[in-house]
Amino acid sequence: MTDRFSVPPVPRPVTDAWPRRPRLVEHSILPGLKLSLGITLVYLTLIVLLPLAALAVRPWEIGLDGVVRTLSDPRVASALRVSFGISLLAALTNAPLGLLIAWTLTRYEFPGRRILDALVDLPFALPTAVAGIALTAIYSPTGPVGAFAAQFGIKTAYSPIGIFIALVFIGLPFVVRSVQPVMQDLDKDVEEAAQTLGATDIQRVTRVVLPALAPALLSGVSLAFARAVGEYGSVIFIAGNMPLKTEIAPLLIVIKLEQYDYAGAAAIGLAMLAISFGALVAMNAVQIYLSRRGRA
Amino acid sequence: MTAATSSEPMVRVRLPGVALVMVAVSVLVMAGLILLPLYVVFHEALLKGLPQYLEALKEPDAISAIRLTLLVAAIAVPLNAVFGVAAAWAISKFEFRGKSVLLTLIDLPFSISPVVSGLVWVLLFGAQGLFGQWLLDHDLKVIFAVPGLVLATILVTFPFVARELIPLMQQQGADEEAAALTLGASGFTTFRRVTLPNIRWALLYGVLLCNARAMGEFGAVSVVSGHIRGLTNTLPLHVEVLYNDYDSVGAFAAASLLAGLGIVTLVLKTVLEWRHSGELSAGRKH
Repeated sequence: MTDRFSVPPVPRPVTDAWPRRPRLVEHSILPGLKLSLGITLVYLTLIVLLPLAALAVRPWEIGLDGVVRTLSDPRVASALRVSFGISLLAALTNAPLGLLIAWTLTRYEFPGRRILDALVDLPFALPTAVAGIALTAIYSPTGPVGAFAAQFGIKTAYSPIGIFIALVFIGLPFVVRSVQPVMQDLDKDVEEAAQTLGATDIQRVTRVVLPALAPALLSGVSLAFARAVGEYGSVIFIAGNMPLKTEIAPLLIVIKLEQYDYAGAAAIGLAMLAISFGALVAMNAVQIYLSRRGRA
Repeated sequence: MTAATSSEPMVRVRLPGVALVMVAVSVLVMAGLILLPLYVVFHEALLKGLPQYLEALKEPDAISAIRLTLLVAAIAVPLNAVFGVAAAWAISKFEFRGKSVLLTLIDLPFSISPVVSGLVWVLLFGAQGLFGQWLLDHDLKVIFAVPGLVLATILVTFPFVARELIPLMQQQGADEEAAALTLGASGFTTFRRVTLPNIRWALLYGVLLCNARAMGEFGAVSVVSGHIRGLTNTLPLHVEVLYNDYDSVGAFAAASLLAGLGIVTLVLKTVLEWRHSGELSAGRKH
């Protein structure tokens, strides 16, 4: 530590070849850094970091054995499989649906286009419990779609199909909103060039448009997946919550808490975070690969 | 480019048949998957007539759930708004090390399950939580009480305002503020007269989304609430309780209020995107 009376250090020669690492805080004439950064860091620590630290620490009081035993319990393992498996399926289903809707919204002019555009965000705006009971009313055996499907012996609500429908509902806006701006900005010269060079419509789409959209599509799908894995409100009503069949991982956390098994609940929560994080890192790597290939 | 020209179709439709099919399928998917649930809420709520619907909303438990929902949002949303402005100011106006880490941490709550966002508060303040014994000794209640509901709601809605403001303020830079300061304005005057007018629509947009989520949150508050009727049931929890009691009209009546909130949010959000697209962050322009 130097005080202001000490001899200032000899500045290092600045060259372009050796970019300077930014100082801890760069000087600025604007005021309020201490106040704003102070509020930010204190609030972030109290609301996010401290609680998450509690989540990271709590499972280990039952030891590694206990954590492994909790997670390998058939009911818990099945819930994790249901949550991650159906979430992946729903996110993958959202890809073509989202592409289709984004394509329609950006490429065609038709009456009601802007209303349709605004409605895409409805699953964001509708509280999850409301979506949950409404979807259940539609897809239960007494509901309009559920009764129709029942004629063919298909059970929609209170089965994995019901969970799947709720997760497709929740995830759709993520894909549309990720793809839409990229589709909007897509250079139409490139497409016209392809057309001039004799590409068919299908070639134009599969060789020019889709590769350019791939990174945005993947990011939309991974956002939808991440949301689906943790989703609770819209799923628990329609799922039926049968152990080993249609119980989702967040519900198992609630059940463990009701039994005052805090460590077990924290273990499931931590496992969910870890698996989601791993999945996001993997998808990120694919996305970097795709955008590099797209540029090359 | 104005909003009107950017939303023009980019490639002339050469195959009207294909276009028609695409539009028809999109409308069908949207109507069947997204719009039908919204319709069903109001249909089920009014199934036994308007008097029954209004009766369900006038019930004391419903009134107290509405009041509690408003109270929780009235605490959580302003706190997150102040945090959002502070974080955006620090991040957009200054250079410091570790900024990208800070940005990632601010977004973190979006990738946590709502149930986990409730669970962490139970781990801290629940009966067997870290501070559970201390709270018990001092006769304080967090979990199964209003403070827990507020904390869970704050965590779930934490990034909303900051996320809207940070990209916009980064894009606007610090030149205008620097000019005001050079001309002798105080720091607070600069913020109030220069920064705030520049970010007001984005701030409103963030507050709108934050509020919608705060009032509609279910998973996180369900974990910390304890479902005490008339005391710790917010409106979404009230919906669940009635639904599990097979009180369909009551559940859907309460749900219709939340659906109404969602519709109002959607309309206001769309109006902001149309009218003030230039003053929202880049991703919000339509």
